Amino acid sequence: MKKKMLSSLVGLAAVGLLVGCGNNSAETDSSVQRIGILQYMEHKSLDKAREGFIAELKDEGYEDGKNIKIDSLNSQGDQANLKSMSEKLVKEKSNVILTIATPAAISVATETTDIPIIFTAVTDAVSAGLVDSNEKPGKNITGTSDMVPIDKQTNLLLSIVPDAKAIGIIYNSSEENSVIQAKLAKEAIEKKGVKVKESTVTSTNDVQQVMTALAGEVDGVYIPTDNTLANTMETVGEIARNKKLPIVTGSAEDVKVGALATYGLDYEKLGRQTGKLAVKILKGEAKPADLAVDMPTDLDLVVNEDMAKALGIDPSTIK
Amino acid sequence: MDIIISSVSQGFLWSIMAIGVYLTYRILDVADLTAEASFPLGAAISASQIVSGTSPLIATIMGLVGGLLAGLVSGLLHTKLKIPALLAGILTMTGLYSVNLRIMGQANVSLLGKKTIMRFFNDLGMTNQIATLIVGVIASLIVILFLFLFFRTAIGLAIHATGDNNAMSEANGINTDNMKIIGYMISNGLIALSGALMAQSNGYADISMGIGTIVIGLASVIISEVLFKDVSFVKRLFLIILGSIIYRFIISLVLYLGVAPTDLKLFSAIVLTICLSSPLIKNKLNRKKK
Repeated sequence: MKKKMLSSLVGLAAVGLLVGCGNNSAETDSSVQRIGILQYMEHKSLDKAREGFIAELKDEGYEDGKNIKIDSLNSQGDQANLKSMSEKLVKEKSNVILTIATPAAISVATETTDIPIIFTAVTDAVSAGLVDSNEKPGKNITGTSDMVPIDKQTNLLLSIVPDAKAIGIIYNSSEENSVIQAKLAKEAIEKKGVKVKESTVTSTNDVQQVMTALAGEVDGVYIPTDNTLANTMETVGEIARNKKLPIVTGSAEDVKVGALATYGLDYEKLGRQTGKLAVKILKGEAKPADLAVDMPTDLDLVVNEDMAKALGIDPSTIK
Repeated sequence: MDIIISSVSQGFLWSIMAIGVYLTYRILDVADLTAEASFPLGAAISASQIVSGTSPLIATIMGLVGGLLAGLVSGLLHTKLKIPALLAGILTMTGLYSVNLRIMGQANVSLLGKKTIMRFFNDLGMTNQIATLIVGVIASLIVILFLFLFFRTAIGLAIHATGDNNAMSEANGINTDNMKIIGYMISNGLIALSGALMAQSNGYADISMGIGTIVIGLASVIISEVLFKDVSFVKRLFLIILGSIIYRFIISLVLYLGVAPTDLKLFSAIVLTICLSSPLIKNKLNRKKK
């Protein structure tokens, strides 16, 4: 019996070897550049960033299957798989690796100090240790930040409710990006002499209750780009509608579903900005170490007119 | 070849967590869910210590100690407050989530450019993968040596007896509560050690890195048991390393075959179901032969 198990084990390993070799031999064409993409999780904004990246490459003459080969992976938020996938992209000698969201960027950066890495949807690349500074990254990695203009957004909220005594901020305390943004928003609002009430959730299950409690105590709510809140924006919007409470969010996507307004960044355009960085590296015009981290440039005022009417606000007065 | 090296290097690190799971699951005969939180606890403690400048070796040991304490809590809940093992584990796991967040101060602590154990080998010119392999081999051998010696002591034998037959052990004057608590502690200490090393290999500690770890641990144990039944304690520990390498290999294989990202979780579940149900299938096959 033992022998049988051993032989089947060897068989399994042999299959693995064949698969491994099969991959390698098919990929030795040197005129084709390899682009690896590692996305942390399935998410509308992250998906759009990836699509924008690929579209920009195509516009610049780099098309998948012609002169580049794109290997697009998604770890679905699983840390163990994230590591395996990072190793895979590095071993396959990608010419450039695009990483989407902070954990993906750190994971690939841990595996290679040679292959150029471009990140996007990273809020603070310096505190994540990815770059020495945004102006001069210094290593094999650069990219685009999705830091939203929190000052502009909180000012927008305060202009909608000029007599506000207290503003609420609600976010998931276990999402690092949200924590950073909530802190910045709190500072910005308090600077204007308005009180801030912070409420945190740990999962989508908490949102209804926490939001209802918060809605009774404040005159307006700010929500950062938070995955948990984004997933429950319908619920949040419904509560806001009943309580006549204006909400400004970090992301434009959230406004469409249940918030009132924001100055939002377009993740597809951010992906395109990221693509431009990649093109410079593919053409050999620049090295990541010298390419400054790009901040989002395209910001649009987004207003949910339906919600504005429900709150009794004239949409044209929001700016 | 690449995926074999990758599976082996990661398998060694995961095997330390799998051995921890084995101690509660098979030796003590309880399913302890504390693992899902003691794994990130080890990562959180060691990562935040490394960031604040503690030597990586000491930071790793501090992570292990954190796991011992987590095990102590679950053990006390289970034995002294008579809370069922499954619930005791869930309670500790839930509470530790907040503790882990407090320790890290944020949801994700990056170790890029910091002095980690892996970095020491990186500086000798090794890739991260080889560094992980070396650290994994050394750590798992130390763990097995420790357990080999420990389970020959009076306490170790008493723990074994407690798991085998609680009533009989009690009748023979063994304080089974204390034995269970010690078992819980060692188990979670090892799981936290695995988490501490994994964070240094991954380059970050993350609040959600514990999700699914108990399943990875159980799968490794079960695969090793499917391959070889009825072996001695030390042989079993070595076979768990093999089991955890094989599990990572299967998952890597699925990844390399280019499964669509949306289907990945489904494939993981299918792979696990096959692993978990294989003892049954094997039994049936054996019976047919007879």
